[in-house]
Amino acid sequence: MTDTEARLDQIRGAMPPRPHNARTIAALTANPGCVRRAILDAAGVDKPRLAAASGFPAPFGQSRFAIARGNAFEALVKADGCAELLRLLRDKLGLPIPEASYADLEDVAGSTSLPVRHARTRQLVTRTAGSGADAGTLFDHPLLTLEVGGRLAYLEPDLIAFRLRDRFHVVEIKSFAAIDGQADPDKVAAAAIQSAVYVLAMRELLARSGRDPDLVADEVVLVCPKDFANRPVGALLDVRKQLTVLQRQLSRLALIADLVELYPPGISLDLAMDETGVPRRAASELAAALEIFPARYSPECLASCEMCRFCRHEARATTAALGRAVREELGGVEYVDTALRLADGEAKPGGGQHDAAALLRTAARLRAESLAAAG
Amino acid sequence: MSTLTALARAQARMADVAQRVATVRHVHIGTRPMVLVPLALAGEANAPLAALVGDDPATPRLFVVSQPRNRDERFAFAAELASVIVPYVEGFAATTEQVPAERGETRARSLDAPQLVLPNRAGIAFTRLLGRSTRFRRPDGDHPVDPAVPVLGRWLSFLTERAEHPGSCLMLAATEALSLHWASGQSELEDLNLATLLAWIDPPPGVGGAAAAAVGEDPLASPPAGPVTDPGFDNDVLAPLIDAFARTTEAARSESGASAELGHAAVRRARSALERALTGQLLPTWQLVWRALELLRELPAGDHVARRWEADRDAFTGYAAYLRDGGLPQPRRDGAVAAARRLNWLERAQASFAAQRAFDDPLVMAEYRMTGEAFAGQVVAADPGRVSEGAKRRVLRPWITVATADPVLVMPGTVVTSPARRGQKAQVISVTAAVAPGPVHPVMLEAGNGASGPALVALELSGGMGRGLVAPPGSVPEPGERVCYSTLTADYLPIAEFPPPEQTPWTHGGPPAPYEPDDEDAAEDWS
Ligand code: SF4
Repeated sequence: MTDTEARLDQIRGAMPPRPHNARTIAALTANPGCVRRAILDAAGVDKPRLAAASGFPAPFGQSRFAIARGNAFEALVKADGCAELLRLLRDKLGLPIPEASYADLEDVAGSTSLPVRHARTRQLVTRTAGSGADAGTLFDHPLLTLEVGGRLAYLEPDLIAFRLRDRFHVVEIKSFAAIDGQADPDKVAAAAIQSAVYVLAMRELLARSGRDPDLVADEVVLVCPKDFANRPVGALLDVRKQLTVLQRQLSRLALIADLVELYPPGISLDLAMDETGVPRRAASELAAALEIFPARYSPECLASCEMCRFCRHEARATTAALGRAVREELGGVEYVDTALRLADGEAKPGGGQHDAAALLRTAARLRAESLAAAG
Repeated sequence: MSTLTALARAQARMADVAQRVATVRHVHIGTRPMVLVPLALAGEANAPLAALVGDDPATPRLFVVSQPRNRDERFAFAAELASVIVPYVEGFAATTEQVPAERGETRARSLDAPQLVLPNRAGIAFTRLLGRSTRFRRPDGDHPVDPAVPVLGRWLSFLTERAEHPGSCLMLAATEALSLHWASGQSELEDLNLATLLAWIDPPPGVGGAAAAAVGEDPLASPPAGPVTDPGFDNDVLAPLIDAFARTTEAARSESGASAELGHAAVRRARSALERALTGQLLPTWQLVWRALELLRELPAGDHVARRWEADRDAFTGYAAYLRDGGLPQPRRDGAVAAARRLNWLERAQASFAAQRAFDDPLVMAEYRMTGEAFAGQVVAADPGRVSEGAKRRVLRPWITVATADPVLVMPGTVVTSPARRGQKAQVISVTAAVAPGPVHPVMLEAGNGASGPALVALELSGGMGRGLVAPPGSVPEPGERVCYSTLTADYLPIAEFPPPEQTPWTHGGPPAPYEPDDEDAAEDWS
């Protein structure tokens, strides 16, 4: 075990590393500048549990209805040997698919062990890669891996990879609707980055087997329900930009060693769970340990990181907690109270604060004057 | 986000209560608004779950879909909603006045118009889809629906489209209307939550904004304003109730005689349990929306509010007439020309709405003073009788000099106007730094050196002074008067020229076929 791995293990404590999936890996790109997050993610810390144990549970939950709807739609798309899906693929990839074979990689001869399943995926995918065979193959539930912070993460396999001639296409099935040809842009963006995770993992798999990673297309097929009904429609999504973003963040995490070095050894976020799984570690101790790793809170964290309530509380005196734009408009001054004292002329501007102070004083004068004028 | 609003947010954080960012009200609040709080089933494109609706805070009507995936129940829900919303909306079309139109003619304008208020933008988006999924339906044919359903769909489509127009008030999102007037001590993102936003603006007595907002964020204490429900509520409360209802309904169907009676009683109990739970989720938001309206109503209306409402009344009158004449439902998607026309219109409307607010409200004007597009100060010198040789004749062109502490960025030659004398133009002659005491060095201020202290602005006035060579008293600002000038214009800019729809260039898809909804539209799945 390397030094860094040992350090990360110590930070995480007794819990096993939390498995990653496309969603959690996609989320790594949300606030790339945050050291706290980089370390927690690289160490595989169970952030929802940590957040709860430190007194600030994450405000995320998933509705049973949403899950049921997602599963029902996926089942429909895959029914009858993926009949609906094949119809879309013929359409979207503009290529004749006389027939397609279907390989389910969910379990291999009764074995559901991850390494066994991954080996099987690898074997099948690389064997067919570049075979040039005309018939397409659908790989359902391929088990892929991706290196995250120096650790191999198995990706929960909720995708289909489609091979036609020399190309693999990642197919992402989502249950949000495309109404009159338009879907919620935020959801499409989230789907794009998650698909990019799969594209990357597929490419790594091919590369490790000495194949050309570019056999995996950087256009993915997004399948979602049309209008208000269940009938699926497909769209091609170019994920080149997402791939770049993702690669950048993954290589940052690969440099985690340098990052961990900066902090004193011995920091542990162990929850000290008792035999019933209840954390016994004092919230204040956890908070003190967490605070050693600098955070970079902004309100966007509220939608993307389980630590958000903790970090928001910690950042409550900062201008960034009011929004990145607020901080910028206040001349980049870090604390609310400093900004207001500069605005009132109570505080003398420090080095580099002169422009900000002048701006704030003008703003304060204009606000006061206009409020007074209105009575 | 401007520096002034950012400062107001910082002040709100420090004072632990929201701060005003407007001194007057910039939205019209109707005499009889109708509030609609919709809830949707999670994960579905547009599956209504429940709604509270009505124009009286004391008596909301509750509509519930007890089996949200059942198509018939959805249309029954739409019909129920229509029974409240359609008569409310169309009632306003009954009374009109005649107003002058072009070429000395007159036209009708409804005396008043409907105003539908939702908790937030997401509620408007849901309503838009509800309009989209109902407006093509037909009362006859293979999939007949209640005749009121497509009418509801058309009205909801009209209102939600209108809600995108800056300054229009036929449909409002409470969070947006509040944010136009107050800055909270939280972020813009958190302001999307009506409960926390109102907590900052109007915290309970003795409670600070931050503490009140924390309560507003707790889904148990303050159910989300929808249309998305709290996942915890879905899993722990709603799902078991929906299952129980389905089970009892199923059981009652297979019973007969006395046990059928019992079965029906069980169905009724299951249904009212569901209704109680959903009311519990809806009622707090219902009350918050009405509280928001109350707070807004307390502010005095800005000068332009009535004019914008007239435009809303015109739009409403026009659409009511269109529907009366059997007009087709709105197409599925805008054609290229319609979309371009709309975009252009929206840009102009946005600029004009911003300018109108600045004219009505010194606190909004201050934003422009901050950026140098406006300046305010005191008149220090005036030559009201100045006459200049025009091309044809001598004309009255008074000069005034304004001393201001604002960062002036307008360049000589620019024409500015004052909200106090809108008919009068003022051309900037020079901008000089006011260096006192000692001899005055007229230094031209360079653009970009913002807050560099007091300046003297010399202006030449024209217009708004009658036709003679002597300015009537009061038409020229006198020394000592406080004035404000800006480059803003609150009038609509001329409409950009667009090709008529039939001449749409092929690059934009060629002339669109007028949208004729067909049987398929009427029969479209809603599952
Ligand atoms: S919530 Fe905290 S840990 Fe997570 S990204 Fe934001 S600042 Fe970093």
